[in-house]
Amino acid sequence: MTQAFDAAAQQTLLESRVAVALEQARTLGADACEVGASVDQGTGVNVRMGDVESVELSRDQGIAVTVYVGKRKGSASSSDAGEASIRAVVEKAIDIARYTGEDPYAGLADAELMATEFPDLKVHHSWSLTTDEAIELALACENAGREVEGIANSDGAGLSTGEGVRVYGNSHGFLAGQRGSRHSLSCMLIARDEQGMQRDYDYSSERDPAKLSSPQTIGRSAAERTLRRLGARRPETGRLPVLFAPELASGLVGHFLNAIAGGALYREASFLCDSLGKPLFPEWFTLQEKPRQIGGMASSSFDSDGVYTRDNVFVDSGRIASYMLSAYSARRLNMTTTGNAGGARNLRIEAPLTAQADLLAQIERGVLVTELMGQGVNGVTGDYSRGAAGFWVENGKIQYPIEEFTVAGNLNAMFANLIGVGDDIDTRGSIHTGSWLIDDMTVAGS
Amino acid sequence: MTQSKQAPLDEATAILLTPGGLDAAALDTGLDHAMGAGIDYADLYFQRSWHESWVLEDGEVKDASYNIDGGVGVRALAGEKTGFAYSNQITPGALADTGRTASGIARSGSRLTSQPVRAGGAPLRYAGVDPLSGLSAEDKIALLKQADRIARKADPSVSQVTASLTGVHEVVLVRASDGTLAADIRPLVRFNVSVIVAKNGRRERGSAGGGGRYAMSRLRDDNVAERFAKEAVRQALVNLEAVDAPAGQMPVVLGSGWPGILLHEAVGHGLEGDFNRKQSSAFAGRMGQRVASPGVTVVDDATLADRRGSMTIDDEGTPGAYTPLIEDGILVGYMQDKLNARLMNMAPTGNARRESFAHMPMPRMTNTYMLAGQDDPEDIIKSVKRGLYAVSFGGGQVDITSGKFVFSASEAYMIEDGRITAPVKGATLIGNGPEAMGRVSMIGHDMALDTGVGVCGKEGQGVPVGVGQPTLKLDELTVGGTQS
Repeated sequence: MTQAFDAAAQQTLLESRVAVALEQARTLGADACEVGASVDQGTGVNVRMGDVESVELSRDQGIAVTVYVGKRKGSASSSDAGEASIRAVVEKAIDIARYTGEDPYAGLADAELMATEFPDLKVHHSWSLTTDEAIELALACENAGREVEGIANSDGAGLSTGEGVRVYGNSHGFLAGQRGSRHSLSCMLIARDEQGMQRDYDYSSERDPAKLSSPQTIGRSAAERTLRRLGARRPETGRLPVLFAPELASGLVGHFLNAIAGGALYREASFLCDSLGKPLFPEWFTLQEKPRQIGGMASSSFDSDGVYTRDNVFVDSGRIASYMLSAYSARRLNMTTTGNAGGARNLRIEAPLTAQADLLAQIERGVLVTELMGQGVNGVTGDYSRGAAGFWVENGKIQYPIEEFTVAGNLNAMFANLIGVGDDIDTRGSIHTGSWLIDDMTVAGS
Repeated sequence: MTQSKQAPLDEATAILLTPGGLDAAALDTGLDHAMGAGIDYADLYFQRSWHESWVLEDGEVKDASYNIDGGVGVRALAGEKTGFAYSNQITPGALADTGRTASGIARSGSRLTSQPVRAGGAPLRYAGVDPLSGLSAEDKIALLKQADRIARKADPSVSQVTASLTGVHEVVLVRASDGTLAADIRPLVRFNVSVIVAKNGRRERGSAGGGGRYAMSRLRDDNVAERFAKEAVRQALVNLEAVDAPAGQMPVVLGSGWPGILLHEAVGHGLEGDFNRKQSSAFAGRMGQRVASPGVTVVDDATLADRRGSMTIDDEGTPGAYTPLIEDGILVGYMQDKLNARLMNMAPTGNARRESFAHMPMPRMTNTYMLAGQDDPEDIIKSVKRGLYAVSFGGGQVDITSGKFVFSASEAYMIEDGRITAPVKGATLIGNGPEAMGRVSMIGHDMALDTGVGVCGKEGQGVPVGVGQPTLKLDELTVGGTQS
């Protein structure tokens, strides 16, 4: 059940289709045009309780066209990137641009900002894996977890492998492709005691399959993470220091990035409007973007405007050093793009790092949060209130699991109250960080 | 709208099958490919959708987009196993490829043949219209500009207005080896207004929206631009005055309508068939037991006319249904798709849903709500010495295994000595599903459904849903504010 994927051939095909779409848009009267096209192919297998649950083969493609007629804009897209479909999509985009209002800021990024160098960033690694081999790996992962004493049930283990090509072109003559892959293995287990059931999971996700954690490591870790939640109590309500696990600390970085994103700023929908140069984090904290890092999860040499990507420093010694801008949002703010159309790529923290045990040792009474629930973050005000589960910490040591509580504060104060960053860095996503210890949050429990 | 009709099937056939040269015999051949050795059920799901979106910002509609999507998803089941493949081409060749791929889930066993088409039909729950053609482009832009004008006129502190109008015209057809042949034309529209207000150095957001399964012209007839613009401004102004929310356990009164997201998170997901078959839900094995206070009756109802979560047929071709989940506090039903119903020896309830042809179906909610009780909403407020009154919410989430759920208020007030007092900032509420439902102590007579804004996410798939409830009092729930 495996399917071959010839990335080079796919890229050539997509590039020719993007070129066709650009030419059609020009012929049909567009003054400027940009086209994105992609194809992704993958296999996903899920096993549960020692048996196969599902095998899924996916193949997605799409083409998206944006045209500019004068200062009017129109967009259309389709999951069918065939020749007939492309023409229909271009026509529809031009049709829409007849109705939209003039926007003085509309248009492509400036031609001189287009990326010109396309180094191999080593983000595409095929995995020639048969379905049977994929099933074996998932089974080995789940078995390793289920063998741990106390695991009563399983939500299963899954392996997914995928690769794809993205091509972007515009009427400046820019046309470039980016190939990529992502492979992951995950496991979720269930344990039970007289109080009820608990579940937790672990996973590994990499560009290069050779770097994936072993199935046994993931399965056993999922089991340990599940078992340690049994017997959870509820913490008392109070103002306490909160240690956020690395996979949650990266979410806090995400809230910061959302607040310095040009789209939120020009819409006045950010708690960090007019904050450039102002202190937000402690002086020892610097946040950088490394979009061309070799093998990085989000590496790319051009952004979704075609603009070259460059290293950005968003927080320099605690101060907000740069916003995160696309060509459009930069024009709206009378600034210059930072090559962040489509978002941030590969965030890295530069700060003195502390062992997680030493961060815990700084807590007299507080909580370690290992899970957050819900959407309680208000990007306009920075108000933060989320459901949580984790561990009660006293005298510098983890005491017992806790659940059904909330942690609340305001992101401005939370960032200022950052006491330390752990050396337990989670490298699975685009934002790499260790644990964050934040002082003086409100914990609401019993 | 109760007549059984052939019309959706004819229209769907013309849109989905005819262009690729598929007829009834080709569907049988396609099913034969999927019904390989050891396969006990297979289905073909054809879909095309047209999605349109108009967005107003700075008083102008500067961006609009149009998306065309479509293809066929083929599923083959063998016991608890599912093989799945899809293609964005609807042709005999694509059916053969995806069918053979999906049936690879089983390697051995007897070959079963699929059933001939059974005469079926479901009462229509909405008109099979193309909602996008209900208004001209000029009308759509005028509607958005009207919302902008009204919002800006409503209060001088309004600094930003974003309004959007979206519509989806979706056509689906299902052919399954159990003899199912069914089709559905599903319109879905939505209008949204979001505003930023700024005053005295403070900035806040307010938003309102809604829609349903009908033509865009009905949004205009329902005067949504004015209603949602005013509501968004009102909510933002309330929040501009809001003080920090309290932290800790206290009585919580939930308003009617959209706060029914409580039911969606606290009980709904936990009563989906797949989680109960796998015994991973906090409600597993509790059928017939008390899981909520007396007086609490919760249903999942796909049959409501024109609602966002309604379905004439589900994504396996089963007619949408009215499914009691909790009756007077007793657990009486799960929501099922064909796979989980069969494995649990139950009947499908018309709750199989999928985001698209490229996603596998699973048991999902439609419109989930609590029936009205006897209490006067004013008496419910009066009964609280100190607590929280929450009337609008952002989103929610549940861990179905531990039963813990959260939902985040976007408009809430303190209740002090039986009176509604200061507005408080949005706070997340957290509880345990079965426990929280046992703490429902008063149920209003003012049952209301939401305005049509819900999107439910499960395993990465989003589907439109509805919720509803009367005003409700929970004797104790944890409120996640900052004032301890």
